[in-house]
Amino acid sequence: MDNAIYNYALRMGDTCLILSHRLAERCSNGPFLEEDIAMTNISLDLLGGADLFLSLAAEVEGEGRSADDLAYRRNERQYYNHLLAERPNKNFAHVMMRQFLHDALLHPLYTGLKLSKNEHLAGIAEKGVKESAYHIRHSSMWIVRLGKGTDDSKEKLQDALDDLWTYTGEMFEYNDEEATLAKDGVIPSFEELKTTWLKTVKEVFNEAGLEVPKDKWMATGGRQGVHSEFLGHMIAEMQYLPRAYPDAKW
Amino acid sequence: MDEAKQEELFWKKIEAEEKIEPKDWMPEDYRKNLIRQISQHAHSEVIGMQPEGNWITRAPSLRAKKVLLAKIQDEAGHGLYLYSACETLGVSRDTLIEQLHQQKAKYSSIFNYPVLSWADIGAVGWLVDGAAIVNQVSLQRTSYGPYSRAMVRICKEESFHQRQGYEIITQMANGTAEQREMAQDALNRLWWPSLMMFGPTDKDSPNSAKAMKWKIKRESNDLLRQRFIDKTVPQAEILGLSIPDPDLELQADGSYKFGEINWQEFYDVVQGNGPCNKQRLDHHIKAHNEGAWVREAAIAYGMSKSKETIAA
Repeated sequence: MDNAIYNYALRMGDTCLILSHRLAERCSNGPFLEEDIAMTNISLDLLGGADLFLSLAAEVEGEGRSADDLAYRRNERQYYNHLLAERPNKNFAHVMMRQFLHDALLHPLYTGLKLSKNEHLAGIAEKGVKESAYHIRHSSMWIVRLGKGTDDSKEKLQDALDDLWTYTGEMFEYNDEEATLAKDGVIPSFEELKTTWLKTVKEVFNEAGLEVPKDKWMATGGRQGVHSEFLGHMIAEMQYLPRAYPDAKW
Repeated sequence: MDEAKQEELFWKKIEAEEKIEPKDWMPEDYRKNLIRQISQHAHSEVIGMQPEGNWITRAPSLRAKKVLLAKIQDEAGHGLYLYSACETLGVSRDTLIEQLHQQKAKYSSIFNYPVLSWADIGAVGWLVDGAAIVNQVSLQRTSYGPYSRAMVRICKEESFHQRQGYEIITQMANGTAEQREMAQDALNRLWWPSLMMFGPTDKDSPNSAKAMKWKIKRESNDLLRQRFIDKTVPQAEILGLSIPDPDLELQADGSYKFGEINWQEFYDVVQGNGPCNKQRLDHHIKAHNEGAWVREAAIAYGMSKSKETIAA
């Protein structure tokens, strides 16, 4: 099996799945109905992406497991999503900031991945690039709106940024396996993605009047399956039925 | 034109099955009755997001989760069209939400029952959306244009929801012994509340006569309820599930005679005394209040933007 593709697809799939799950938790909690719909819509797009990445991982693995097996039968130490994706829905500013920090990565990532020499990854990116273009428009608009809205909204948003910034470093960590994939034109380069991401977030934060936190200690671990305490609860809830009734089909 | 003439014209349109449009003259009672019915319908769509949302994070497969998310998104969308239809009658969405919070406006009592298992998610699609469709198909011919057009759109999506609910319940009825038990339990708990969705019997329905005269409502509660039962009982039989009604009996004309509905329970739930009434309303109020600062920020930003545009 192609370990490098398997690992990459699993990481991407897990990040999309966990972020989608967090947004899904917001259903019926939006500040108004249109925004509630937008959140479930984005959650649904991310879930579609998760399904595609996990299906690819399952296929590459070739041991008869399905995307559902990967999503519903692994424990938290076998999940490789970014820590940022699992941060709780503290308030609307946190949700939107977490989303924006991801969107600013996923959009250029899909744009690069569309050119992948691996046709499966390129196919996934084809769909992802259209959706993520809408997602980044939506979240950056909210960053500006909240940043320039009221004193209260600006303060909440700055708090969210200060809290979440520490989880962004991990999104650009890569190992030798991934360096080779990037060199071979299979995935976009992490270094280049970081440059693009930084440019986007600085532009939007500047427009919103937010201060970019000074570089400080960055949290790490998600890529090794070492997560925050929050992930176990999410997974316990998500996997409850397939785990409780292992013989049932749903 | 004097009011008598306008009223005459209004009735001519009603007689001729022409739609009444927002700019047309309409009797004040007609407007009030419409606002009551459409807003109740809009609130039902929105409150209905809660019981189904209760299972999104526990949906047992990626596909099931996608379908449920898409479904809830549709319901929220229906809420939006219906609020918009209501706004054409000169009442704002804020006012409608305030009426909901003050319990001056109601929503379908079915959503005051808890959704306790994954089979309930199937039963909600199969029975609750199934009952809603019977009612909404009839409302496509309602006399108020914007409401009628919203119903046409909504019916298309609801029939998809009903099928997806039936798919879940079918899978469970044909699944393991435990799944089958969950499916039967869901039917046992949700059957009678689904029949209550059509409202009181015709003889006890205070709003019906007027609404029928105005052609807001096209068919009576009892007739619609009977249509739903006749359609649904054979579907339960196919699944090998039993309808929790010992008096249910197929009659010579192909329709089913059914047992007495517990109207005391219906009135209790409508008056606020159901298993989840307080929970549903509290949740809506809490989300609305927690979103206040976001709405304020959006308005403040919108105002500063329009000032910039004017200055430029």
